[in-house]
Amino acid sequence: MAANTQDFVIVGAQDSEANEHIAKPALSFWQDAWRRLKLNKLAVISLWFLAFILAFAFVSNFVMPQQQANSFNSDKVGVYKNLPPKSGLPIPGWSGQIKAPGDTTSTDVYASQNVPKSEKFILGTDNIGRSLAKRVTVGLRISLLVALVATFIDLLVGVAYGVLSGWKGGWVDNVMQRIIEILSSVPNLIIVTMLGLVLGGGVLSIILAIAMTGWLGMARQVRNMTLTLKERDYVLAAKSLGESSFKIAIKHLIPNMAGTIIVQIMMTVPTAIMFEAVLSAINLGVKPPTASLGSLISDASSMLQFYPYQVLIPSAMLVLVSLAFILLGDGLRDAFDPRASED
Amino acid sequence: MSNPILKVENLHVNFNTYAGTVQAIRDVSFDLNQGETLAIVGESGSGKSVTTKTLMGLNAKNALIPDNSRLIFKDRNLLDLTESDWQSVRGNEIAMIFQDPMTSLDPTMKIGMQIAEPLIKHRNMKKEDALKRALELMKGVGIPDSEEHINDYPHQWSGGMRQRAVVAIALAADPEILIADEPTTALDVTIQAQILNLMKTLQKDTGSSIIFITHDLGVVAGMANRVAVMYAGKIVEYGTVDEIFFNPQHPYTWGLLNSMPTTDTQQGGLQAIPGTPPDLLEPPKGDAFASRNAYALAIDSKEEPPFFRVSDTHYAATWLLDERAPKVTPPVKIQKRWAHWREMQEQESQA
Amino acid sequence: MMDETPKKLVELKDLQLYFNQGKSNEVRAIDHVSFDIYEGEVFGLVGESGSGKTTIGRAILKLYEPTAGQILFDGQDVTHLKHKHLSEFRKDAQMIFQDPQASLNGRMKVRDIIAEGIDINKLAKNKAERDAKVQHLLDLVGLNKDHATRYPHEFSGGQRQRIGIARALAVDPKFIIADEPISALDVSIQAQVVNLMKELQTEHSLTYLFIAHDLSMVKYISDRIGVMHWGKLLEIGTADAVYNHPLHPYTKSLLSAIPVPDPEVESMRQHIEYDASIETDGKERQMVEINPGHFVLATPEEVSVYKNQQK
Repeated sequence: MAANTQDFVIVGAQDSEANEHIAKPALSFWQDAWRRLKLNKLAVISLWFLAFILAFAFVSNFVMPQQQANSFNSDKVGVYKNLPPKSGLPIPGWSGQIKAPGDTTSTDVYASQNVPKSEKFILGTDNIGRSLAKRVTVGLRISLLVALVATFIDLLVGVAYGVLSGWKGGWVDNVMQRIIEILSSVPNLIIVTMLGLVLGGGVLSIILAIAMTGWLGMARQVRNMTLTLKERDYVLAAKSLGESSFKIAIKHLIPNMAGTIIVQIMMTVPTAIMFEAVLSAINLGVKPPTASLGSLISDASSMLQFYPYQVLIPSAMLVLVSLAFILLGDGLRDAFDPRASED
Repeated sequence: MSNPILKVENLHVNFNTYAGTVQAIRDVSFDLNQGETLAIVGESGSGKSVTTKTLMGLNAKNALIPDNSRLIFKDRNLLDLTESDWQSVRGNEIAMIFQDPMTSLDPTMKIGMQIAEPLIKHRNMKKEDALKRALELMKGVGIPDSEEHINDYPHQWSGGMRQRAVVAIALAADPEILIADEPTTALDVTIQAQILNLMKTLQKDTGSSIIFITHDLGVVAGMANRVAVMYAGKIVEYGTVDEIFFNPQHPYTWGLLNSMPTTDTQQGGLQAIPGTPPDLLEPPKGDAFASRNAYALAIDSKEEPPFFRVSDTHYAATWLLDERAPKVTPPVKIQKRWAHWREMQEQESQA
Repeated sequence: MMDETPKKLVELKDLQLYFNQGKSNEVRAIDHVSFDIYEGEVFGLVGESGSGKTTIGRAILKLYEPTAGQILFDGQDVTHLKHKHLSEFRKDAQMIFQDPQASLNGRMKVRDIIAEGIDINKLAKNKAERDAKVQHLLDLVGLNKDHATRYPHEFSGGQRQRIGIARALAVDPKFIIADEPISALDVSIQAQVVNLMKELQTEHSLTYLFIAHDLSMVKYISDRIGVMHWGKLLEIGTADAVYNHPLHPYTKSLLSAIPVPDPEVESMRQHIEYDASIETDGKERQMVEINPGHFVLATPEEVSVYKNQQK
């Protein structure tokens, strides 16, 4: 011990600056959530994948107009139709060759249909000779547009409806909840068919149809959260400070249910994409020549045996995008979970 | 001499977090003797709850316990146990009473069955026998008309009754060590008094050893045989209950005692400890309490005080007990306690 | 101490608040309760969970609508205040909550939490003035300036409660309802918060309604104490009278249950069990003044018993 007598002098307590010191770095809720999301590899990969897909869909608008993917040359259908994917490299299954059912050897379709040597279709062509790569790009665009816009409407309507219903309570809540129950008991398909009749089909009516039924879930979730949060002391504190109901909703309720809302959105988007595909499959979807991932799949499904790639490629896209949303949603749910915030 | 049933030696527990390593427990050693109640007193963040969780093998996944830490119970080091070994210890040899009776009972299970469960699991009892024993236990913890209530669900009971049920579950397998983590903090004072009385009576009957975790010195005074005061992940003073209450030596113990109103507390007589406990992400150098301590010495911020012996049973980690330290006059209320201690000593020596 | 009649700041007149009125699960949270709080005093309200003490605090602040009865603040009937008058009233009466974790919005920085009242009532002309006010409030409750940019979850319980106090003080109220402000805190931190509240009371000439279940702390901070059980006010008197000469058996039971940090006292303490049947016998009871300023809820027969006890 190197202590000397000077060390044994009373110095007393230190000031509050030292006493109230917090060592942890300041971290907002969002920074904290991001930190935890980063621990989930699948969610991060999904996030980057979705970011790439969204950027790709957006940029492709300028590079490749819808017109270009929809049009075809009726004189050359015989030359270009049903070409398998060809990468230009000797990769098995991606070299422009296909094995027809019953055959023992695969044939080079590009050669047999006399396609000019310089031309190759990286994802093949459909039954009237349109590039599948272009069709899938455009289809992805439409599918994402439908899903995102419908989800956005869900978000606006659902959150507003849910907060209002939960906050007001009493008979207002009662009436609003009965309306939700009635709406959710009407089958979606009836609404879509009716909207199709009124609006004449097309992207708009699909968006509206998906949105009209999709917001119910969001509204229910938000109402439940509102019922819990409105009893929280900080809401009572804001009330006793004289805060208006609208401001309480904006400042206290919605930020505190942001996690739930975002997770709900992440789950709504793939549902909307799938629902759009289902509508296309039963001919209530987008009208030709417009393509969506769903309509591409349903158009090609009759030829599945002969040209499987025409179904598999848009299907893979559909599955990957939906899966990415779901995995990201899962990761976000964990990241927002307050129980995990202890560490 | 005394017969330790549990020995905790050099316990360290660290938690890895994004911001760094939190040193929740920094070298804690104590013994628990057969049949005694040891109270561990401290504020939230002092490490008292982490200590109990470690004793139950219930620490979070990011907890790191170095190899030289030892928890010796029946000739084995509990820290070496696997999870399946733990399951035969937990609820059987060491049982726990949790703070909140609302969340420590399963809302979907009948209370009688919850009490019988450890018996079925650890004692291989048949269901009927276990339920019979559960009924006896319910009577033992003072649940009126037990026969009628054995098939009730937790939500049908009041908070005090539920905590009785929690006590009954903990006692079911007749554990050698009972750990009570703030068992009455969530309860009203009158209910608290009942539960504390119940625990005292039951301990007399069963002879089990209790580790009682609390921040309330009032409860400690009535329950404990020995007391360990924890601060910032360390024990700063330990001794018999009389030694801690009437002859306290550590300024933190003084502060704790002074911040409680007693019957004779006059207006303006409550002395709070200033500031907030230190962040264990960056434990301060030297004595962790120094920055809040009106009696801090210069050396406190340089070097950690060792334990100084006050008596065979009483040790305190404060430089004030070093022979080179100046004599300080403690707060008035502590002086009164010291005066009482001297009276007690005189009476003892006369007798 | 009080030579002239002190001014009544808050008056409760036969206040009733029933939940689910008229239904089978009716709860009489406040059952014919009357008392006054004088300007500048600390009125302690004690009772167990479910006694209605928290409901009274919230009813005074107009967070709950009373079923019947009257609440007067500063001589003005505030029972049915609306809109503009209500927000005026809310600047004068503020609340400190029990659970410092739940009473702070985790998504907001401490600066914005404290400034909430300043923003709502437009008490600052610009950002600089707002920041200066927040800084001053942080100083008042003993926190550092770098705490303003942090989030509530980074603080300890005692620090959070002080943030809650700063938020209440931001609108410069006359009257503060402290709803179990220390129950969720460690004993050592309780003393800190109570001392801070006492300090602020003298500096800002505040009046407190201090709600708690712990009679020992209440006795220390209060001038007068009211004891509640099952929605009824059972006893009311000066802190010394209620603590040292309790009349109602329930008060006696409560007092006997308080643990004292003294092993010798503890070894002799006998908890008196309370037999609640005297409240449910259906007899008419009224608040009767047994000693000057010391009231108890009793039947005429009980009054004579209580008076005899005092001799």
